[in-house]
Amino acid sequence: MSSAAVESLTADQIQVGQQLPPLSQDVTATTVVLGAMASRDWRPMHHDKDFAINRNGLKDIFINTPNNAAWFERYVTDWTGPKGRLGRMKFKMSSSVFPGDRMVLQGSVEGIGTDDTGCCWVDLDLAVLVDGAVSTSCKARVAVPLDVNDNPWQRKGDQWRP
Amino acid sequence: MSAVIPEIPPEVQALIGTEQYREKTTFDIEMGYVYNTCAAVQNGNPLFWDRQVAKDITGGFIAPPTMLSVWFRPHYWAPGAEGEQTALQTHFDLKRLLSLPEAIIAGNEMVFGAPVRPGDTLETYQVIRSISDVKTTKVGRGRFWVIDVEVINQHGEFVGRDTYSCLGYRRDAP
Repeated sequence: MSSAAVESLTADQIQVGQQLPPLSQDVTATTVVLGAMASRDWRPMHHDKDFAINRNGLKDIFINTPNNAAWFERYVTDWTGPKGRLGRMKFKMSSSVFPGDRMVLQGSVEGIGTDDTGCCWVDLDLAVLVDGAVSTSCKARVAVPLDVNDNPWQRKGDQWRP
Repeated sequence: MSAVIPEIPPEVQALIGTEQYREKTTFDIEMGYVYNTCAAVQNGNPLFWDRQVAKDITGGFIAPPTMLSVWFRPHYWAPGAEGEQTALQTHFDLKRLLSLPEAIIAGNEMVFGAPVRPGDTLETYQVIRSISDVKTTKVGRGRFWVIDVEVINQHGEFVGRDTYSCLGYRRDAP
């Protein structure tokens, strides 16, 4: 596939307050274990239900931190397209996501601006919700192209200030 | 009987701000791990799946930036290794040194620099930034601590920083 056939959002298509399309995912034990193994996280609370209950005092195995980040990354770049380049991501887990949960990722644009180097940054307010309650809240900063000729991935050194 | 959480020992205080565990990746950065991660979250970003798109946009395949910590997680088993192999060793050191047997990651902040590419050799080190007073939480009583994990590549470029906010706790502490 040529990159010309792949669409990416440009700055002029983004406004403060804009909502990202929500993403729903039914979480199973496989979801949790796949994520843990893919992130090379062998800790038992992410694959051993007995350990999670009797050692950690939780109700089941739960999604691990790097996999949580991977879900947020996928959510952001599903929206921006491949030229969207993550600069920063901060999240706080207030409760865990377990098998049987339906997690919903949602988000909105908090800010958009251009830095001194001409890089366009979009600040996003994101969350994972389970049963309508926030399980993980996340702030992400993603660079997007100013126009179709711009490409944040070409930035290096002092031209990249996440 | 409930156990009292001890004060922070001076040798642990001395570790705050000190660089620890500088190490290089022990296996090649390769796309197999990337596909595992993309499959686990159904990430169809063509940067990771389409060679031509990756060439046009990022100069070739790269890894998802949020895989930053993946490259330094040890194998579950390796010849000659004894005991459980753990990533984020300073975190497990603090659990032991502070007598807090249980722990969870309460928050995480990542900053991303140069992209990681197949064949890269990465280097990392860890720095404990802070340890809190004793706190009472819904899972138990313990302390929060913050650890920075810095990553650079073989060209000396900043690849990223992973900051973990952790809670070490005892379920039986008063």
